[in-house]
Amino acid sequence: MKGKLLIWLPFAAFAALALLFVAGLLRPDDRLIPSKLVGKPLPDFALPAAASDRPALSSAEFAQGKPRFVNIFASWCVPCAAEAPQIAAMAQAGAPIDGIAIRDARADVDAFLKRHGNPYSRIGLDARSSVQLALGSSGVPETFLIDGQGRILHQHIGDIRADDVPELLKMWRAAQ
Amino acid sequence: MIAEFGLGALWMAAALAALQLLLAGFGVAQRRDDLLAGVRPVAVAQAMLCCAAFASLIALFLRSDMSVLLVAMNSHSAKPWLYKFAGTWGNHEGSMLLWVAVMGIAGAAVALVERGLRRDTHMATLGAQAAISLGFYAFLLFASNPFARLYPAAPDGKGLNPLLQDPGLAFHPPTLYLGYVGLSVAFSFAVGALLTRRVDAHFARAMRPWVLAAWVLLTLGITAGSYWAYYELGWGGWWFWDPVENASLMPWLAATALLHSVTVLATRDALRAWTVMLAVVAFSMSMVGTFLVRSGILTSVHAFAVDPERGSFILGLLVVYIGGALALFGARVGTVREGKQFEALSRETMLVVNNLLLTVILGIVLIGTLYPLMTEAFGRKVSVGPPYFDSVAGPIALVLMLAMVVGPLVRWRRDAARAVGTRLIWPGMAAVVGFVLLAFLAWGRIGVLPFLGLAVAAAVTIGSVMPLVGRNLRRTPLFTWGMVIAHFGCAVSLAGMASDAAFTTEKLVAMRPGDQIETAGWIVRFERVMPLAGPNWVAMQGDMAVSRGEGRTVTMHPQSRFFPDPPTDTTESAILTRWNGQLYVVLGDQLEDGRWQMRIWWKPFVTLIWLGGGLIALGGALALVGRERRGWMLRWRQRRNAAEEAAA
Repeated sequence: MKGKLLIWLPFAAFAALALLFVAGLLRPDDRLIPSKLVGKPLPDFALPAAASDRPALSSAEFAQGKPRFVNIFASWCVPCAAEAPQIAAMAQAGAPIDGIAIRDARADVDAFLKRHGNPYSRIGLDARSSVQLALGSSGVPETFLIDGQGRILHQHIGDIRADDVPELLKMWRAAQ
Repeated sequence: MIAEFGLGALWMAAALAALQLLLAGFGVAQRRDDLLAGVRPVAVAQAMLCCAAFASLIALFLRSDMSVLLVAMNSHSAKPWLYKFAGTWGNHEGSMLLWVAVMGIAGAAVALVERGLRRDTHMATLGAQAAISLGFYAFLLFASNPFARLYPAAPDGKGLNPLLQDPGLAFHPPTLYLGYVGLSVAFSFAVGALLTRRVDAHFARAMRPWVLAAWVLLTLGITAGSYWAYYELGWGGWWFWDPVENASLMPWLAATALLHSVTVLATRDALRAWTVMLAVVAFSMSMVGTFLVRSGILTSVHAFAVDPERGSFILGLLVVYIGGALALFGARVGTVREGKQFEALSRETMLVVNNLLLTVILGIVLIGTLYPLMTEAFGRKVSVGPPYFDSVAGPIALVLMLAMVVGPLVRWRRDAARAVGTRLIWPGMAAVVGFVLLAFLAWGRIGVLPFLGLAVAAAVTIGSVMPLVGRNLRRTPLFTWGMVIAHFGCAVSLAGMASDAAFTTEKLVAMRPGDQIETAGWIVRFERVMPLAGPNWVAMQGDMAVSRGEGRTVTMHPQSRFFPDPPTDTTESAILTRWNGQLYVVLGDQLEDGRWQMRIWWKPFVTLIWLGGGLIALGGALALVGRERRGWMLRWRQRRNAAEEAAA
């Protein structure tokens, strides 16, 4: 009898493994990696304008009493193009959104905005990723919610999908 | 047109795989020879169609056909042709197509050249192979169509990840895939033998060459991948315990165990159930690895659009194939007669020890790889890295190495402890001498694990050639040479790893052109830095004049490259190879005061790591040729004798 149980041991082990995998796949893909910077003030920066029809962006714009989003993107980034409609929807809902274009060129940013829409109030050009690194962001796209006192409330890693939008807007409203 | 042709060929190949499964299934179950007669031709036709589909995709990449979505997303018209070609499998869909093409070829090879198996087991094996292929065809056609069109066509492509734009891409993934998928043959053999209840020495002898071939390719693929990561990433390391690397290491560990247990089964008809189990586990590990990498449940969040749907699909395949095979194992293995027993001190026992240790290491790597997933299920995010793997798997690997010294020196069936002890005198002396010498030279300056590693490497070096002592070398069979060379390769590789860990010197400096520094006996002078343009990149290239002692001065050229499509910076390290090590120079960013960051490593005997890997693969190849040649000779003699008898 003991031998019989032993024979089914590999099957049982695999069943456990498969359950773990299912759990891993089903787990709502939480991109809310708790950033060390959440709750901290936004680092100081002043970036030149990245697009020809939007002003430049500096950290001073944020501590003015209203919460704002800042979206880190780039014209060369495919997921950024994929999240553009969601960003537009958030801007439509009234949320102010600024952009930081990473390692980009003005002509490329203009072309990107022309093609995918321009929901941004201001866009800064971060040519050497220095602000991106100071924010603790390692890739594009990422989106930060900054409160009225210029503190980082939330970091969203990866592209914003359609089902992320209500959650992000809720956070933004709660911050007001 | 080419894309539609490729898609059509893929659909037809899938249909043929279904046909092959039905013919083999009903044929074996109902003993219908008319059905079975169709299996082999169908297997060959399926492989040809699948290769045609893969060739179509290569053609699309070479022509930079931007009306195909996959090409537009992963290629660029300005890329050198080699990377257009290799870019075919530098992405998810293309690599899965390569996977099924290799699987088709392996199935056709089993259909055409396998002579050692009983007919019903052979047919059941081909049926199992078709069943696996069918699942992956479905995955391609329903969840990852490589031939999907893009309308309107893109003006140009998005480009290939610059880290992949290296000749390594042309060699490393196909070799690894040949190995991964080659293990599917062992899996199908195991399933076939369980279905027909024929697990015996004949079965093991038939399966062994397939396992050997897959293992040789896997070894080569991992070795090449390790060297590629070493020179391309510019971090100076050769193994990072990244989930993708572990995904290739786990099947290798299982295949290494299988290789040894199949020898016990072939020679002594023992370890029947265990060998079948390992054959299932080896390919299962390939599939689990594929799942982990493709589903995105382990890799970090910035990967390009990892599709959860794909993850579910592969998980479904895993459940059907691995779950099915293990259930079949549970149901059938009780009916497999128990194999022969053996004495406590015998070659068989040593091979069991080898298998147990390899299995433990496999378990350690598997747990370490999955641990982040387990803790995440409980809401904590952790990452497991080299500190865990090195300190847990390292000591066990050293014990395994010692067992490797003893194993080949013990006789089959039974042996006397005193005789084994006598044979172990020289390897033991080597370990002691190595230990004492190191203790004098470097006590307290190097870590425990590298220290022991070097001493064990000395023992394995001597121990690996001991099986040749007292033999007539010209009459020693080729497969014995193969074993000796493979074991010697382990010693060489271990020595390289331990030496790299123990003696590497690293220097991080900021230099201005004209500056000069000294490290590990090398004088490195930063001459100048110049811009340089390649076919699809621009770079800053440093000229570094290096010399050591009285030696000639050599100029090294590390580069910091920028690729515009997609915009990425890469570092091209410069590596100078000497017999006793490598000098590894990386040009970093320019600082605001105009100086350049430089990383300079001197890595004594680091090349032994990959030389050893090559030797291990060479040993496996020699064993394969040796076994096959003996088989041909036997068959040839039998035929000649039969012909002579008929003539008389």
